[in-house]
Amino acid sequence: MRGLSDLFYKRPGALTAMLLGPPLAWIGIVYIGSLLALLLQSFYHLDDFSGVIIHEFTLSTYGQLFESSNLQTIGRTVAMAAIVTIASAIIAFPIAYYAARFARGKTKALFYLAVMMPLWSSYLVKVYAWKLILAKEGIITWAAGGLGLGGALEALLATPVIGGSSLSFSYIGTFLVLLYIWLPYMILPLQAALERVPKNFIEASADLGATPRQTFRTVILPLAMPGVIAGSIFTFSLTLGDYIIPQIVGNSRPFIGQAVYTLQGTAGDIPLAAAFTVVPMLIMGVYLALAKRAGAFDAL
Amino acid sequence: MRSDAGWGLKLGAAAGLLFLHLPLLLIFLYAFTTEEKSFQFPPPGLTIKWFVTAWFERPDIWGPLYLSIKVAAIATVLALIFGTLAAAALSRAKFYGKDSLSLLFILPIALPGIITGIALRSAFDIMNLPFSTWTIVLGHATFCIVVVYNNVLARFRRINSYMVEASMDLGADGFQTFRYVVLPQIASALLAGGMLAFALSFDEVIVTTFTAGQQSTLPIWMLQELIRPRQRPVTNVVAIIVIAVTFIPILCAYYLTREGEHTGGGGK
Repeated sequence: MRGLSDLFYKRPGALTAMLLGPPLAWIGIVYIGSLLALLLQSFYHLDDFSGVIIHEFTLSTYGQLFESSNLQTIGRTVAMAAIVTIASAIIAFPIAYYAARFARGKTKALFYLAVMMPLWSSYLVKVYAWKLILAKEGIITWAAGGLGLGGALEALLATPVIGGSSLSFSYIGTFLVLLYIWLPYMILPLQAALERVPKNFIEASADLGATPRQTFRTVILPLAMPGVIAGSIFTFSLTLGDYIIPQIVGNSRPFIGQAVYTLQGTAGDIPLAAAFTVVPMLIMGVYLALAKRAGAFDAL
Repeated sequence: MRSDAGWGLKLGAAAGLLFLHLPLLLIFLYAFTTEEKSFQFPPPGLTIKWFVTAWFERPDIWGPLYLSIKVAAIATVLALIFGTLAAAALSRAKFYGKDSLSLLFILPIALPGIITGIALRSAFDIMNLPFSTWTIVLGHATFCIVVVYNNVLARFRRINSYMVEASMDLGADGFQTFRYVVLPQIASALLAGGMLAFALSFDEVIVTTFTAGQQSTLPIWMLQELIRPRQRPVTNVVAIIVIAVTFIPILCAYYLTREGEHTGGGGK
């Protein structure tokens, strides 16, 4: 024991290697290995007539991604991810800003808990709660009726594209649930970034004659951006990959996640499913590289 | 400089927090409704019979509940071991490629869960590994490692390295130093990370649908009830159980790590 301990002291590299070995093997073999296996599958293709997967290198599966229905699926998903990200940044900002700048002591702890609890509570339970809210006979219809807004709700649902037979079966519903579920992932990094804005920067800005509004726009907002970008990594990535929310709340037009799920399951077309998953991976790869450049990882 | 928040900001913050919290209250309300076929609001009447029904008349709940607890417990233990090792290695050493390695360890939560799920599934297919409890554990442990890693890494960064050197100077060997100096300082971070990992695994559904085969964890049972409801209020009763099982460890984790560090950044 003592000898080993001495070795580690003299050669810290040996200790690092020994510590790092097992977890690296796990992530390397189980996770990266699986990702590579998936990538490999995307270069095979499914024979349309026999339904058998042909294990030969081909790019034809990737070609299928450019069929119009598949392109629409990708576009729809990316658009939804972008809208959800922007909306969550807007809603998150007042909460994060208040918690970072004005809340002290007990209030601050309370704010933190108030964001953490929904973040960590069960994903499915949260989705289920929205199924209750958005149902045709549910609380929104009831409240709209009570406020005399029943007509407005019907007009909203009659709107092409975003409407549907009820909120539960429309893009508005999908959007609301995604926004609700991923919002805390935006608040936390944003708050962390805002906490790091040095107080004397704000004082200096005021001393130099800036109005509070100017200080906010030219000092606080730029310094908060890494936080927004860090948060958007989560909101964007999680929306891109979700297949349960659009399945439970939404119309029948699929998102990337649902397409992948159906393709690998009932359709048995694993190559195309694999090629489909490369799309969010590519998008996230580019996104992460850009975010790293913008210094967003320090705000994680 | 204003030291008090304006009304607009207060209103915005309050509205945002309400948006985050009101929906969960409805889960509780609907567990007591007498209407079992629809989500009628307001509920036509209130009853506690669904709690009795869930306990005595729905044996299909128990198997998934047991499986979820078992999987979460095993995944948590694995995550504690591997996550702590990774955090220990990456917090103290400096070497080429360290940044890329750090990125590698957060990849399982940075990439969408569906990718992790289908990747694992295709790997199981290739290796002809049949679906079992262990394939579920394999998936869960992979992202639980990240949660423990994040928590323990944050703690390691705060530990004063002089204390380790002092311990060595005073004649303790590496193992004694670990046992008496390092471990007491990271113990609460370990506990917090473990609890978060347990809560995350207990609640996971996206990766699990790909790695479970015919078995059902509690979230999968809930998903089936969401798609094909039988007795809707019973689903609410189970949802309350899930809230309780995840709520308590998370609250504990918060109190264990609240001194100035965040436990955030977890995900699916």
